[in-house]
Amino acid sequence: MWTWFYRLASPPFVYRVAAAASPWLLAAAAAAIGYGVIDGLAFAPRDYQQGDAFRIIYVHAPAAWLSLFSYTIMAVAGAIALIWRIKVGYAVAAATAPIGASFTLLALVTGSLWGRPMWGTYWAWDPRLTSELILLFLYVGVMSLRPAFEDPARGDRAAALLAIVGVVNVPIIHYSVQWWNSLHQGPTVAKLAKPEMPGSMLWPLLSMLLGFMLFYGAVLCIRLRAEVLNRERLSAWVREAVKS
Amino acid sequence: MSAGVDVGVWRALGLVLERELLLSFRRPDQLLQPLVFFLIVTTLFPLGLSVQLSLLREMAPGVLWVSALLASLLSLDSLFKSDADDGTLEQLALSGQGLVVIVVAKTLAHWLVSGASLVLLAPLVGTALAIPVGAFGTMLASLALGTLTLSWLGAIGAGLTVGLKRGNVILSLIVLPLAMPLLIFGAGATDRAISGTSTGGALYLLGALCVLTCTLAPFAASAALRITLE
Amino acid sequence: MNSAAELRVDQVHVWRGDRHVLQGVTLHIRRGELLHVSGPNGAGKTTLLRVVSGLLRPESGAVTWNGVAIGQAREVYQRDLAYASHEPALKSDLTPLENLRFMVGLKRRVSRGELLGSLQRTGVADCADLPARVLSAGQRRRVAMARVLASAAPLWLLDEPYTNLDSAGSGLLSSLLEEHVAAGGLAVVVAHQPLELAGTRQFGLHA
Repeated sequence: MWTWFYRLASPPFVYRVAAAASPWLLAAAAAAIGYGVIDGLAFAPRDYQQGDAFRIIYVHAPAAWLSLFSYTIMAVAGAIALIWRIKVGYAVAAATAPIGASFTLLALVTGSLWGRPMWGTYWAWDPRLTSELILLFLYVGVMSLRPAFEDPARGDRAAALLAIVGVVNVPIIHYSVQWWNSLHQGPTVAKLAKPEMPGSMLWPLLSMLLGFMLFYGAVLCIRLRAEVLNRERLSAWVREAVKS
Repeated sequence: MSAGVDVGVWRALGLVLERELLLSFRRPDQLLQPLVFFLIVTTLFPLGLSVQLSLLREMAPGVLWVSALLASLLSLDSLFKSDADDGTLEQLALSGQGLVVIVVAKTLAHWLVSGASLVLLAPLVGTALAIPVGAFGTMLASLALGTLTLSWLGAIGAGLTVGLKRGNVILSLIVLPLAMPLLIFGAGATDRAISGTSTGGALYLLGALCVLTCTLAPFAASAALRITLE
Repeated sequence: MNSAAELRVDQVHVWRGDRHVLQGVTLHIRRGELLHVSGPNGAGKTTLLRVVSGLLRPESGAVTWNGVAIGQAREVYQRDLAYASHEPALKSDLTPLENLRFMVGLKRRVSRGELLGSLQRTGVADCADLPARVLSAGQRRRVAMARVLASAAPLWLLDEPYTNLDSAGSGLLSSLLEEHVAAGGLAVVVAHQPLELAGTRQFGLHA
């Protein structure tokens, strides 16, 4: 019964599916992001509190969401690989890590840009941004651990374990930073909070979120193919695929 | 040629604990170095910032905790390293007791030697940082819980990085982000004790973190060691 | 002791990075047999021993002890085996007696007298209370042998046990091996010199 699952997870199968899927995902992503950007930037009404500055939420919020989502994917893929010894899981984890880290960086930069008009400074230790920063550190940790091992198989397993430990910690970190912020709340600092969202503001946001996820999927497929090819470079099917 | 009477878990724990403590006390210099580091780092802050007592008191919880964190990190590197280098780690892994028991004993011993000694030194450092004596109770309790949790997080990190070149750098990279909640609750509790507000919440949260880590970390650390030993 | 004591290795494959180190290795040994594993450097002799000990999980294939896969009953299997790697695996800050107590004591309850007896058999009883760092390489190897003896395990896995031993030491080791095997024990010995003791079967690994 599990044989179909293992076949699903076999490297040549994954390689072919990723190749077929990525152009569609990319096209769908472009459409969703295109609509989101146009509607969000041009047509959504100004927020009565934050003016036009809030529009950066259309990039910031999806980026932040994706940064957490990618980390979860990385941890789950690693867990599947560790527990059921499905090697393609390690390839997914390795492929997704830099994408997630990039989204985290994007969230930090856009968050900081958003903060400038709000706080008058680029960084004010807002709890959400601080959590994102710590998430970035977690990503860096996993991405540094894997290549530190001479045997890449051990590196994969170690990175997978670390990702699992990290994912358990993410909610703890998030909560502790909230708590910390409530202790040291200055009088003028306002959190980067989502403004009240009527439908005309919300739809572009959801569309951007969908678009970012599709984009993530597309880039993951592309990177995954390269990872799989590299990991399986000694096997027969790769030699065949490369010849053609 | 029978295998003889079985050795139970408690006896095994006691044996490994004894071994670790014996080894630590035979190298007293290795015992003292992290403590001296703790004192040195704590001194850096007033030197770099200001000696005004009121300012010192405000930064004291953070300074104390950051110094304790960094000093603990120093000693974590040696948790498994020496055993990995001379081949005895393999023997422990093959001892018939399961890696979890070994890891629990070693981490406990590590905490008794380094974490507990940091806690003992804390009143001295606290006085130097102008922490009022009334806050000492909370300070010590938070440090005790915090260093224990850190020993556990460090065991996971050490298990993953033992045997790597520049392993101690990667160890710090891995462990410090995971230790940030610790720092927040621990320094937060001490801070509230100094300002006189209720510390119960922070201490309970720290305690909860400690319990969670003590429960899950042994399994993560022994899984990490298994990966390393391959 | 279990009269059906037997170790089987079935079609074990191990990769180290890109190298296919063990390619479908199959072997089995029973009571009273000594398997001499030989082969050139890099052939995978140490890797094979680590797979048999359970430290290294093979990519595919199975290792069974008395019919049970070693992964199923790890702790029970470990109590039946004594593994000696090519380092003597001693803490240099502890004495040989302490080393033995902490190592063997985890596998079975053992008295100080028994440990001293093992040290005596391997000729290092007079160093029993010196820190291991002052011992010579040959003496450390003898302490490691004493550890294997004291563990009273039926299965011995020895990686290059003759290293650093003088001719007297080598003779001692050989006679200990013969005694172990004659009493119904099993041994897998990696050694690049020829081994022709009673009960020896040869197993060659090629790179």
